[in-house]
Amino acid sequence: MASLTGLLGSRRNGAGRPVHWTDIAAYAYLALGVVMMFAPVLWLVVSSFKTQSALLEFPPSFLPFAQAEVTVPGQPQPLPLFRATLPDGTVKELAQLRRIGLVAVMIDPADPSQQVRIAIDKREPVRRVALSTSNYTEPLRQLAFTTYLRNSVFVTVVATLITLLINSMAAYALAVYEFRGKAAASLAVIGTLMIPITIILVPVYLVVTKLGLVNSLWAVILPGAATPTGVFLLRQYMLTLPKDLIEAARMDKASEWQIYWRIVMPLTLPALAVLAIFSIMWRWNEFLWPLAVLTKTEVFTLQIGLNAFQGDLQTQWHYLLAMTVVTLIPVTLVFVFLQRFIATGIGSTGMK
Amino acid sequence: MTQASSAAAPAATLRARLSELAAWPVRAALGLFDPPMQGLQRLIGAGRMPYVFLAPNFVFFGLFVFLPIAINVVFSVTGGTALFPSERPYVGTEQYAYLFDCGSYLDPRSCREDHFWRGVGNTARFVVFQVTAMVVFSLVTALVLNMKIRARGFFRAVYFFPVLLSPVVVALIWKWILQRDGLLNAAITTLGGQKILFFVDPTWAMFWAVFVSVWAHMGFYTLILLAGLQAIPTDLYEAAEMDRTPRWRVLLRITLPLLWPNLIVVIVLSLIRGVQTFDEVFVLTGGGPGTATLMIVQYIYETAFANQVQNFGLAAAASVVLGLVLFVLTLVQLAVARRKEA
Repeated sequence: MASLTGLLGSRRNGAGRPVHWTDIAAYAYLALGVVMMFAPVLWLVVSSFKTQSALLEFPPSFLPFAQAEVTVPGQPQPLPLFRATLPDGTVKELAQLRRIGLVAVMIDPADPSQQVRIAIDKREPVRRVALSTSNYTEPLRQLAFTTYLRNSVFVTVVATLITLLINSMAAYALAVYEFRGKAAASLAVIGTLMIPITIILVPVYLVVTKLGLVNSLWAVILPGAATPTGVFLLRQYMLTLPKDLIEAARMDKASEWQIYWRIVMPLTLPALAVLAIFSIMWRWNEFLWPLAVLTKTEVFTLQIGLNAFQGDLQTQWHYLLAMTVVTLIPVTLVFVFLQRFIATGIGSTGMK
Repeated sequence: MTQASSAAAPAATLRARLSELAAWPVRAALGLFDPPMQGLQRLIGAGRMPYVFLAPNFVFFGLFVFLPIAINVVFSVTGGTALFPSERPYVGTEQYAYLFDCGSYLDPRSCREDHFWRGVGNTARFVVFQVTAMVVFSLVTALVLNMKIRARGFFRAVYFFPVLLSPVVVALIWKWILQRDGLLNAAITTLGGQKILFFVDPTWAMFWAVFVSVWAHMGFYTLILLAGLQAIPTDLYEAAEMDRTPRWRVLLRITLPLLWPNLIVVIVLSLIRGVQTFDEVFVLTGGGPGTATLMIVQYIYETAFANQVQNFGLAAAASVVLGLVLFVLTLVQLAVARRKEA
């Protein structure tokens, strides 16, 4: 109890402050939060390493167990291993050669010449923790999963590059210049902020059809490339850059493009990084629009592929779980390394 | 010694040469736009360059936002199954009349387009529960995270993690836990209960739709509230401590009133997002059982794209209605934002 009090009366509290019951409640709440937020994801990851038969077990075991197998000399295939109770009462690990009704023919892996017949209720499978990595390798080899993965990476990378380029150009124009129509342009940008894709789904589909892009990855990339969020974020940042710098560059006869590309852009890198993280998350996770515009499996992104896969009548959970984990990886990496940037980004824009 | 350094020198220059060589394509690519843009500036003058910088973004906005808004209205007043507006006969307000043809608006079964009204009802119920739960949980979490606790950064990150996950992944994680032989049913049977088929019971399905959506997004709203809490001047709390004010009084008299603007932001933002709910619920329940968790956006998606007969006109009319709702909510949001600044 003394150590608990020591833990709770933290540095920030100062030494003299007594522990209030709300402190204890707070830590209890946070501990519960850690479980609630992480346990489901952990369960997914653990389950993704289970074999198909282990996934069907009820109640499920926590760790991915699988029946141990053993290669016996003289047998073409590895045999399942059982812990058998022999008629004389001794317990021995035997491999099952075959099963005939209620009797199993077992052999001792150490002494394969001798066969033993045992009633099937006198033996139980030997289970060892085994990671079923084939859940990962099989979909990568056979299913269209690799295609989905490649499509998602392509969409994410290309869309983010386009977004960074055109949004920074617009932000530069709105941050640095005074020109006729500037107020109208700003208003138009604010206006688009209020129009989510959900309410213009059908007409955007029409535009994309007219452009001949249905069932092409460009149909996913282009409509969301110009984002008001991005323009705002970058403009706010560019406004803080010293104007003298731009004036000095003009004195040196730099063209307007050079000022943007060689002076303003490098200085805007922190804001560009935040927008890049946002864009990567948006694109990697995007669902409704790709679902509407991509109908051929060759152009499915990961999210659409996962959804199609889970909608199958016989959901192959062992593959589905593994593919979900793969989908999770990039976002988790972003979370681990860049969580601070995202928090700052949301703090400064109030958007996500 | 001298020998070694003289041997190192050429190696260093070689490496410098090599990296220069490797940097060349990068520099060439980066300088690609320089000459054409310079030529363009000479042609039209520096004063018109801002329009050039704005142009790409506005081409995209025009093609994929402004033009679609106009077309949406055209779609909603024309009929037939053709995609191109020129091939669609004008029907006036027929689509809207069809959508709103109801015996009683409270009973979807009395409507001609009953799925739309089920969507409206479900979305309304979903939004009420979700916004309430979202406000309560993100407020409590933000208050706890704002206390003098250890490892605050870690705990803040914990709640934020699901925000980054894709809706499909979120839904699949929970679908796996909630399935018939899933983790939760294992826990229930271990405790002596009966397995519950969560996605067969309409009430449970709606409960989990709300739960999963709060689980996935509360980190975002917690962050907004936390920013608000940290903006409250500390001397107010110090003064309260000097007066030995009880904690619940500090909460009611200082914290909550000063946090009110941020709370409003959370309410309005989660309302706007909630009305557009689609992906998580769609993957989790498929809108079922039956139509118990069918949302408006799913109705629009299915009417336009997934049904046997693609009814673009009806979907467009429904999205215009949804757009109006969102427009009103956004006006509220702007009004709140303005009051917050004032």
